[in-house]
Amino acid sequence: MLEVENLSVSYGAVRALKGVSLRAETGSITAVLGANGAGKTTLLRAISGLVSTQTGTVRFGSRTLTGMPVERIVQSGVGHVPEGGSVITELTVAENLELGAAWRYGRRERARHLSEVYDLFPALKERSSQHASSLSGGERQMLAIGRAVVSHPSLLLLDEPSLGLAPIITANLMAVLLELTRQEDLTVLLVEQNARSALSIASWAVVINLGTVVVSDPAETVAADSDLRHHYLGF
Amino acid sequence: MIKIPPLPSWVRLPRQPLLRHLLFAVVGGVFFYFLTQSLSDFNNFELGELAVYAIAIAGLSVLTGTNGQICLGQGAFVAVGAYTLAELEVHQSINLALQLLAAAAMAGAVGLVIAVPATRLRGPYLAGMTLLLALALPFLSDKYGNFFGGDQGLTVPPPSAPASIDPVKWLTWIQLFCALVVMLLLANLLSSRFGRSFRAVRDDEVAAALAGVHVARNKVIAFVVSSACAGLAGGLLALSSGVVNTGEFPLSLSIFILAGMVLGGTGSIFGAWWGSILVIYLPNQWSQSLGNTFHFNHLVSANFAVIAFGAVLIVMMLVAPSGIQGGLRWLGRRLVTLSTPTEPAGNISVSLQRATEPERSHDGSEAEHPPNGSGAG
Repeated sequence: MLEVENLSVSYGAVRALKGVSLRAETGSITAVLGANGAGKTTLLRAISGLVSTQTGTVRFGSRTLTGMPVERIVQSGVGHVPEGGSVITELTVAENLELGAAWRYGRRERARHLSEVYDLFPALKERSSQHASSLSGGERQMLAIGRAVVSHPSLLLLDEPSLGLAPIITANLMAVLLELTRQEDLTVLLVEQNARSALSIASWAVVINLGTVVVSDPAETVAADSDLRHHYLGF
Repeated sequence: MIKIPPLPSWVRLPRQPLLRHLLFAVVGGVFFYFLTQSLSDFNNFELGELAVYAIAIAGLSVLTGTNGQICLGQGAFVAVGAYTLAELEVHQSINLALQLLAAAAMAGAVGLVIAVPATRLRGPYLAGMTLLLALALPFLSDKYGNFFGGDQGLTVPPPSAPASIDPVKWLTWIQLFCALVVMLLLANLLSSRFGRSFRAVRDDEVAAALAGVHVARNKVIAFVVSSACAGLAGGLLALSSGVVNTGEFPLSLSIFILAGMVLGGTGSIFGAWWGSILVIYLPNQWSQSLGNTFHFNHLVSANFAVIAFGAVLIVMMLVAPSGIQGGLRWLGRRLVTLSTPTEPAGNISVSLQRATEPERSHDGSEAEHPPNGSGAG
């Protein structure tokens, strides 16, 4: 279980997160929703150690992640897919995926995990020897998720995976995510602007507004609450 | 068309590069053996120098080309290596191989000391710091003249060759052997997970960290590898020049190594040979012979080397920005694509694959997929 307590982050004078607390159950998808600038990305970056926090703790399972360097957090089983994927464009698809597992697993395990990712995203297998710079937006997103998944994380942080993708690809992506969560005991924190598709697969939803949690409810409740949707989610 | 057996990529990746690199090194060794047999003493001596520069350039190429760090002070590490070897020669008489290893190790150690703070710096700041190193180091040998031999420097006797072998050839072989071994090691390093991490760090530090790469350690390792290469080059240079003093390591040495890297092909280990050839021959022989052909007056011909070097650098950046090796690769790819008929598209049956097809029309515009958002969500 992921437990975030009283997390605060500032960028200079701007307070991006003001005491955010949330829990995500093991084996479930938690949607993190909210408008632009609400602090969703910052929340994920604080969990994976990319930004330092002013106050608060992040615990995952028995581990306290707060204060650990990024690569240690990642190696301990946290996969973070940042906005836009940020794949390594000058490495090939296969090299990108290998990199994701290189610092956590031995050669044999890496190979197995790699073929699992290819099963998940067959499109990547066909392009395995191509440079990531030649991929389309959707393929990059798949590669970024693949690179996180290949290390078999127990916590997966996804930042706007549907950004710039065609609706059909988004739907596919969401299906894959749901499958992943069910297969392994994966905890997913899914940041989305596309609230509708996020709510369709999430079991819990957290709405953030101006750096604070305003709603934390089961996903169906949030999806059914038309006032809430209207106020914060814009649909 | 030759069908490559459908091995999974992970079976090919770890094995093949090692064998390929070893093959390259062996072929290179055989080639150089016969080359040294046919060359005169003077040309062999130059060939040795070429190998030495290639070592320093290859090291820098790994640092700058694959890890993205800029070092303008490679010459300083060459000096450290040279002085280390000379000191060992003066005070202790140990095996030459050990001396060379010590030269590399000492430069690597100095590199480590520099790298730990330097990896916090980026781009121009790192360049400035390493430049300072190249400028400052000669003063140390002036300050501690007793130990470093002052202006006179330290003398290094040539390595004793087996009786049946010409001493110049022996030295050349040592230098060539070291170059081939270093390049073999570097090539293997680059095809290991370290090499992949180096490139990942260069491309996107955040993405690399999120892939589990220890970014700072990674940069330090690259810096130490590069400076150790320079140190070995320094040791070998001391052997061939016979004397080690500050005049041997001017700032221009660092600049020439950098220029050689850029000309040869940044990030390419084989390209270090091209760069080294240009650095050795262009300023001296070629420009002199050109100067003589055109009967320049002595003022012009004295400076012609610099002019020629600058001109070549500019032309290269225009014609082949990725250096000679990059240009050759591009040419090779062009020839391959021109000679093979276009293949029919493979069977695209997977739903995700089909779904992404319309997306591909956006390929050209990379701006659509910004790297990593850094602001608040």
